[in-house]
Amino acid sequence: MKSCLVVDDSRVVRKVARRIIEDLGFSCDEAEDGIQAYAACQKTMPDSILLDWNMPNMSGIEFLEKLRGMPGGDRPKVVFCTTENDMSFIQRALSAGANEYIMKPFDGEIVATKFSQVGLL
Amino acid sequence: MKLTDFEVYRNLLQQKSGLALTADKSYLLESRLAPVIKKWDIDGMAALTQILRGQADPQLVDDIAEGMTVSETRFFRDYKPFDKLRDLLPGIIKAKGAGTVRIWSAGCSSGQEAYSLAVLTKENAAGWPGASFEIIATDLSKPVLTQARAGAYSQFEVQYGMPSALLIKYFTQAGATWTLKDDIKRMVKFETFNLLDSMDALGTFDVIFCRNVFVGFNQQTKTKVLDQMAARLAKHGYLFLGSNETILGATDKFKALEGERGIYRPT
Repeated sequence: MKSCLVVDDSRVVRKVARRIIEDLGFSCDEAEDGIQAYAACQKTMPDSILLDWNMPNMSGIEFLEKLRGMPGGDRPKVVFCTTENDMSFIQRALSAGANEYIMKPFDGEIVATKFSQVGLL
Repeated sequence: MKLTDFEVYRNLLQQKSGLALTADKSYLLESRLAPVIKKWDIDGMAALTQILRGQADPQLVDDIAEGMTVSETRFFRDYKPFDKLRDLLPGIIKAKGAGTVRIWSAGCSSGQEAYSLAVLTKENAAGWPGASFEIIATDLSKPVLTQARAGAYSQFEVQYGMPSALLIKYFTQAGATWTLKDDIKRMVKFETFNLLDSMDALGTFDVIFCRNVFVGFNQQTKTKVLDQMAARLAKHGYLFLGSNETILGATDKFKALEGERGIYRPT
């Protein structure tokens, strides 16, 4: 079973995302910000990460940059999932090593589509 | 809706488009015809049905047929057919020699499939030096073609299939509306066309995408349309149907491409 780390400071979003991702056949862990996510990845590198942009302590983009510099940090497929809907943010995310980008609001079909596009499904 | 009322719409759709409307889809009628009812300032479905039982304006009848045939579509729907086409195109280009490769998106709805084909050819153009493409996209419904020509899609629509890297490359953004750039829009020619009409004037195609269009067709109509498409497809060409669609029992003018679902060559 593939694993996914859901990183979002909103408990509600994490709950919704977890349900969608578990329905896609993934095991799920959660983190509330970039620092927690970084610690989780040091412990066990997941197959995929669904990543919010704006979070306290460490933002999604800061986490992504650190992740890609970690040993094995190039392995997880990272899909941003954020309210930052401007094209410039998508450009920046992809340049920093994100594999895909979801603009909130999202639904299960969009998550499935993006996960499929990056080869997770 | 009463069965006798439902039959009014079923007969109309069968006559105008060849599509079979089954009773389990009757619940869709009201939402699909709401824009028509509004446009013609008619007092609800019951009043519309009553008008259709008499001498209805032919334009109203056309509007109803169009409203009932709008289908859902996605960018790069199911991915695999587009990947396969990319692999097949070098052979098609070689077979064409110096000619323009002609691709038909039949039943194009709001244009996502046709624009996906345009993006696909644009993305791979460097690998096919000298190749040129003409993409024709047709649909029975004028309103969806107006939307298709505009090339403007909601945030939800673009996320159902358009990879983010291609989204930022080929679209412009105005808030939550994403519009294809002019160079992609210019690659697709949208035309109103009824698949039941003669296809002779359309010319010969190298690739026909007619995916998930036959869902509502009865066998006789499907045969008629497929046989006409066979006559319009070059010997080296390919027909792409929906991955769950088949020609079995409808025509022997195509043979399946081995190992592929929904891809056919002329016999």
